[in-house]
Parts: sequence; structure tokens; C-alpha cells
Amino acid sequence: MSNVELLLIIVGMFMVTYGIRVTLFVGANRAEMPEWLDKALKFVPVSVLTAIIAPMALTNDQGLAVSLLNPWFVGALAALITGLVFKRQLLTICIGVVVFFLMKMVTGN
Amino acid sequence: MNLFQNAQRGALASIPMIIGGIPFGLLFGSLAAANDLSIWFAIAMSSIVFAGSAQFVALGLIAADAPLWVIILTTFVVNLRHILYAADLLRFVKHLPLKLRLLMGFGLIDETYAAVRPMFDMGSADKSNGHQVYIGSFLSFYLMWNITTIMGALAGEYIPGLSEWGLEFAMVATFIGIVTPYLKSAPYWGAFVVAIVCSVLFRDMPNQMGLIVATLLAVATGYFLDTMTTNKNAKETAHV
Repeated sequence: MSNVELLLIIVGMFMVTYGIRVTLFVGANRAEMPEWLDKALKFVPVSVLTAIIAPMALTNDQGLAVSLLNPWFVGALAALITGLVFKRQLLTICIGVVVFFLMKMVTGN
Repeated sequence: MNLFQNAQRGALASIPMIIGGIPFGLLFGSLAAANDLSIWFAIAMSSIVFAGSAQFVALGLIAADAPLWVIILTTFVVNLRHILYAADLLRFVKHLPLKLRLLMGFGLIDETYAAVRPMFDMGSADKSNGHQVYIGSFLSFYLMWNITTIMGALAGEYIPGLSEWGLEFAMVATFIGIVTPYLKSAPYWGAFVVAIVCSVLFRDMPNQMGLIVATLLAVATGYFLDTMTTNKNAKETAHV
């Protein structure tokens, strides 16, 4: 690819990425959210964060990998249980990561 | 608390995700180098575009000789989820001056949304200091992303098997730590379960469309369960 093409890729990607992120923020002081949308949006954090990590924790290249030999699944399960029981974020992260790396060492995956 | 302390809190809350992002930054830099792209291109991508997954997709498309419009359209689709973040954060930024909102828009990435958004719910960020926490979060992530991109471009091939170490698991554990405090009522559990099932079912859809569809279905589920329970409660109150 020529340098001009590479430059255009950067400019174009910047424009759509920044455009998506900033458009609503620019009009924020005028925007009035309809009530239903406001109510629906409070489910965005749980929904999107879960949807990002669920495939990482539950699948591998072959497909569904819900197995006690899968460090990703076991680590995520340990983190989930810790989070639900103790409700302490740092503890959840630490337990999850420790279990994950222990499982990786044990299973050699 | 002053600006620096608030920014520091934002950065601290982002540490697990910054660690989780390190392999991706290194990988991006080294993949760019492996594709014979100059280090300046890699740096420009990470510092100007600043969009993790879209950057990787673009590398793939460049390698496949895709035309410019395909690369830009794909970037658009891959980043669509950020509209949801912006909509959700509107109520916390609408009172801020335009200059600040323009800056915050640039830093609206998954990690900063994940780190800062729950802090508003838990009371550790509010309208007076939320933007400072937010900027601390995204600047620290931005710094890591650019440094690791340069390191990867310079030395990526000397870190063998880095992508198999599993450092990304830090992000999985962090997101779980963020999500679990929300799981207190049926609507949130509904959104959680639908997000899991749909994101796994749709994971092979191209350009992260599966992620977007799963998110929208999960949000809709939470919303409907929420309206159902509030309507029921309203009826019960009316009967008393």
C-alpha cells in the first residue's frame, strides 16, 4: 500500500471512531432522553461487559468449552462465585486470576 | 479531593484492565511490523485512532488488500457499541463544557467505560468529579496502549508466545468483578443470562456484530423484566 493510502486509512478510521464516540457527547447539553430509553440504558453495563467476556470464558477454537479442564471457564466461575458471595471487586479479580493461572499450570493448557 | 487525586482513582480502578491490555498492545505493534507496516503507521493508529479491536481488524483487512471503504465501514461496525456507552454516560456529562466533552469522547473505550461507569452507581464518582476520574482512567490506558505498541513494533518477535500467556484473563476477571454487584434483582439477572447465551450463540458473526446483537437483546430483556415488575408492583399498591 502507498503512504497516501495508509494515511487515508488512519484519517478515515479516526473519523468514524471519534465520530461514533463524540456525536452524542457534543449534543449532550441539549439532548433530552426519553424516559424508556433512560430506563433501558441502565442495563448496558451488565449486558455489554458480560457479552464481551462470555465467549472468552465459555468457548475456545473448537466451540463450547464448558469444562473443568478449561482454565478460562474455571477462573471465570471462581471469580463469579467470589463476586456474588463477597461483593468485593479486588478480591473477585485476585481469586479469578489466581485460579486461572493455577489451572493453566495444572492442565498445561 | 482535587483533580490529581480523582484522576489517580480513575487510573487505579483501571489497573487490572491496563495489565490485561498489555499483550494486545504488544501484539498490535508486532503484527503491524510483521505485515511490513512502518512503526509510524502503528504509532499513528494507536495514538490517533485509539480503538483496540478495530485496529486489529484493520491490520487483517490491510493484509488482505481490502479497499479503503471496506476498512472504514468495518471500523464503523466494530465500534458501534460505543454509541451505547455514550448514550448511557450522557446524564453524567451533559453539564460539562464542550471542550471537556470533546476530550472525553476521544477516550470512550471499553475499559474506561467499564472502570468508571460503575463508580457513578457505587457513589465513588459523581457529576462534580466524574470527568476527572474518567480522564485519569483513559489517559493511563492511552499511555500503556501507545508504549506497548511501540515496544511491540520494535521487539515483538523477541517475546515468544506472549499471546498464549493468558494475561487477557485479567480483563475477564475485572469485568466479572464489575458485573456481580449489579446482580441483585431479576431484571439484571435476566440481562446477564441473555448476554451470556446470545454472545456465545452469535460469536461467529463477523465484525463483532454478535456482540452488538447480544448486548441489545440483553438490554431489552432487562428493560422488559423491569417494566413488568414495576407494573406489577404498581397494581399491587393500587389494590391496597
